[in-house]
Amino acid sequence: MNINMTLIGQTIAFAIFVWFCIKYVWPPISNALHERQKRIADGLDAASRASRDLEVAQEKAEATLRESKQQASEILEQAHKRSSQMVEEAREQARAEGERIVAQARAEIDQEVNRAKDELRAQVSRLAVTGAERVLEASIDEKAHRKLLDKLAAEL
Amino acid sequence: MAAGNEVTATYYIQHHLQNLTFGRHPENGWSLAGSAEEAREMGFWAIHLDTMGWSIAMGMLFIWLFRKAGRYATTGVPGGLQNAVEMVFEFIENLVRATFHGRNPVIAPLALTLFVWILLMNTLKIIPVDYFPELFMRLGVDYMKIVPTTDPNATLGMALGVFCLIIYYSIKVKGAGGFAKELSLTPFNHWSLIPFNLVLEVVGLIVKPISLGLRLFGNMFAGEVIFILIALLPFWAIWVLDVPWAIFHILVISLQAFIFTTLSIVYLSAAHEHH
Repeated sequence: MNINMTLIGQTIAFAIFVWFCIKYVWPPISNALHERQKRIADGLDAASRASRDLEVAQEKAEATLRESKQQASEILEQAHKRSSQMVEEAREQARAEGERIVAQARAEIDQEVNRAKDELRAQVSRLAVTGAERVLEASIDEKAHRKLLDKLAAEL
Repeated sequence: MAAGNEVTATYYIQHHLQNLTFGRHPENGWSLAGSAEEAREMGFWAIHLDTMGWSIAMGMLFIWLFRKAGRYATTGVPGGLQNAVEMVFEFIENLVRATFHGRNPVIAPLALTLFVWILLMNTLKIIPVDYFPELFMRLGVDYMKIVPTTDPNATLGMALGVFCLIIYYSIKVKGAGGFAKELSLTPFNHWSLIPFNLVLEVVGLIVKPISLGLRLFGNMFAGEVIFILIALLPFWAIWVLDVPWAIFHILVISLQAFIFTTLSIVYLSAAHEHH
């Protein structure tokens, strides 16, 4: 336990080890650590940025969805309106067509009735003439009685 | 080694506390000391081969481990050794950042070297006290005290290194005049009290490395003596005391390394401050 040269030797060894540590040990570890710290910080930063981006994108998507929904409902409404309009138009057309057909039919019927009436009249007058001929057993001069017969037919 | 009588017990303790000394003996010239008396007679011009050898071995181990971790240090996910090294590294870096107020790229590596080196040297103490002396005895070497920090030369040597840095940075930061002024005009700023201040400050300055070295030496030496005393007990009783003492010493070992490092940083920090 004497104080001797070991004291100086130990001091020199100490100085050498410290120098070696400063020169070769400290820098690589320090660099690696700080670089890793930076990378982790960057990573966290990127993650937070990404989550912010995601939020924005979600918001955008929601807005687009809302807009398209609104558009769809507008289109639907328009279609409804258009279809009801079309139905209305068709109904109107059908009604007009029906009326026209009915009117035509009525006109035809009238025409037919008149023709029938005329024919009937003619037949009746001939029948009456024939009847009268039978009754009188003589021929009636048609020309002489034409006036009378026409009067009769008009009365029918 | 259960010793029955007083003489062998004393011899055993003295033997375990004797360093392997190489030096210039007045009669034998440059030689290994064969006994404690011879070692004493060698005076200053002697060197403790075991202290130097083991401390340099531990220093090399430190440099090798940390250099290896540093070389393979990647920015990716660290492995086992690298994790351990980085843990120590960050511990020291934070300690220096919290304690040292100033800018000096030397302080942090210095603190790392001190802490790990002292920790490794102290850890040698966990090895049972008989292993290496016995082994070297068989190899023909009389003495082998493997824990360098139980040698005051080693602890005071490191403290001397720190002391030189204190003086160097005091002069570098404050200038020779500023340093002299600090020594002579504090704590009492009056010309008539300069001698008084000088005595006070110089004593305070010199006490720093001495207390630094002796604290570490004292703790380690006391622990070592207890280990040797425990080893003198009958073999079946040794582990009952040895195990708790060794477990307790895991705390002492790291605590003393930490105290030495922290105080060195504090002293160097004070050397950088203007008063």
